[in-house]
Amino acid sequence: MEIAFYTAAAVAVIATLGVVIGKNPVHALLCLVVSLLAVAMVFFSLGAPFAGILEMIVYAGAIMVLFVFVVMMLNLGEETVAQEKQWLKPGAWAMPALLSAVLLVQWLLVLPESAAAGAQTVDARQVGITLYGPYVLIVELVSMLLLAAMVTAWHIGRREPTE
Amino acid sequence: MWNAVVAWFTPEVVTVLIAMIKTVVILLTVVIGSAIIIFIERRLLGLWQGRYGPNRVGPQGIFQLAADMVKMFFKEDWTPPFVDKLTFWIAPMVAMSALLLAFVVIPVTPSWGVIDMNIGILFFLAMAGLGVYAVMLAGWSSNSKYALLGGVRSAAQTVTYEVFMGISVMGVVALTGSFNLRDIVLAQQDTWYVIPQFLGFLTFAIAGVAVAHRAPFDLPEAEQELAAGYQTEYSGLKWGMFYVGEYIGVVVVSAIIVTLFCGGWLGPGPEWLAPLWFVAKVMLFVVLMILMRAAMPRPRYDQLMDLGWKVCLPLTVLNLLATGAYILYTGSTP
Repeated sequence: MEIAFYTAAAVAVIATLGVVIGKNPVHALLCLVVSLLAVAMVFFSLGAPFAGILEMIVYAGAIMVLFVFVVMMLNLGEETVAQEKQWLKPGAWAMPALLSAVLLVQWLLVLPESAAAGAQTVDARQVGITLYGPYVLIVELVSMLLLAAMVTAWHIGRREPTE
Repeated sequence: MWNAVVAWFTPEVVTVLIAMIKTVVILLTVVIGSAIIIFIERRLLGLWQGRYGPNRVGPQGIFQLAADMVKMFFKEDWTPPFVDKLTFWIAPMVAMSALLLAFVVIPVTPSWGVIDMNIGILFFLAMAGLGVYAVMLAGWSSNSKYALLGGVRSAAQTVTYEVFMGISVMGVVALTGSFNLRDIVLAQQDTWYVIPQFLGFLTFAIAGVAVAHRAPFDLPEAEQELAAGYQTEYSGLKWGMFYVGEYIGVVVVSAIIVTLFCGGWLGPGPEWLAPLWFVAKVMLFVVLMILMRAAMPRPRYDQLMDLGWKVCLPLTVLNLLATGAYILYTGSTP
C-alpha cells in the first residue's frame, strides 16, 4: 500500500505541475483530470475508498467535464498559448514559489507527528453516519447554498418574455 | 528441475494464476462478444427493416466481421495535419477502455468475476463519467465544426443523464444495504429488483442507453446533421476503436442492468447454468437496445434535455423517497 501511495502522490505532483506550466488550456485541464485521479488513488491507499470514488465521480467525472465544456465553447486558439508563454516569465515564479516553500517547511515539521495513515478503512456507512450526525447542520447549510445557486442559474438562464 | 517447478507453484501462486486466467477469459469474451454483436446488429436491423443485411461472406454472412476487421487493419490510419495530436490519440483509447474497465466489477457467476469491490456500483458510475472524455476530446481535437458540435452535445447529454443515473440505482442500494454488486445479486434471490424498483429500472435503462450513445440518444453522432459527429476526422484503427467501444458500452450497460435489476446469474436449474443465464439475460437487453435503434426516431436536442431534467430526474428522486419511506416503515435496516 505504501508503494501505491508514493507512486500515486508522485503522479499527482507531476500532473499538477503540468497544469501550472501547461500552455494549451485543454492539455492543462487533462493534466488536472490525471491529478484528480491520482488523488483518488491516494485516498484508496489511505483506506478511504468512498472518498476516493466520490473524487472520481464528482471532480473528474462531472466538474472537470464542465470545465472542458467551457474551454471547448471558448475556442481558444494560438493567441492564448502565446499569452500563456508571456505570463510564465521567470519573474512570475518567485512569489508563489516562496509561499509554497513556507507551506512545505511547516508541513514537514507538523506532518510526521500526525501521520497515521491507513489505520482503518472508512466505508460509505461511516461517512454517512458522520455527515448526518455531528455535521448535519453544515450539510443543510450547503444544500441551501446549492439551492440559492440553482435559483440564480435559473434566473440568469431564463428567457425574457417578448412582447 | 521438475521439483523446483512444482515447488514454485505454491497455493498462493496457483490462486493468483487462476484469478488471472479468469480475468483474461472475461476480457476476451467481452471484447470478442462486442465485436460479434456488430454483425448480429446488422443482420437484425436488416430483418426488422425488411431487407437482408450482410449475407454474402460465408454462410448467412457470418464472416462479414472478419472481412471488416481485415479491411480496418489494412486501411491507412490517417491523422489529419490540423488536429491536436496528443488528444486526438488519447480519445479512442479512452473510448474503448473506460467502459471496458467498468466490467471488472460485474459478478458473472458465483465464482467468476474480476474484482469484488465494496464500492462496485460507484466504480461503474465513475468509469461511465470518465467515458465522456473520449467524445469530448475527439470533438475538440479534430478541429472541425461537426466534430466540435458532436463533442459539445455529448458533454451536455452525459452530464444530464449521469445525474439521475446515479440517483436511480440508489433505491437498489438502499434495499440491499450495500454498494457491492455481488451482495446486490444475492439480495435478489426471492424477487428481482425490476419489480419493486420498476421506476429505477426504467430511468436507469434510459440513462444507460444515453451513456452508451446509442440510438435514440446518439445525437453526438447524428449522421443526418453532423456528418459522423465526433468521429468525422477518424479513420482506420482509431475509428475502429470508437466503433468497438460503442458495442462494449452496449454489453457493459446491459450487464449492469442485468446485475442490478434482473438477478444477475440467478435462475432456475442447476448451478452450472449460472453463466448461461447471465449471458442469456445480457443478450436479451442487447437485442432490446438494437430493437430500440430500429424502432425509435431520434428526439430533438431540447426534447432530450427536457426528458432528462424534467421527467427522469424527478421520477428518480420520487423513487428514492418512496424506497426510503418503505424501509423506514418496515423498519428493516439492512
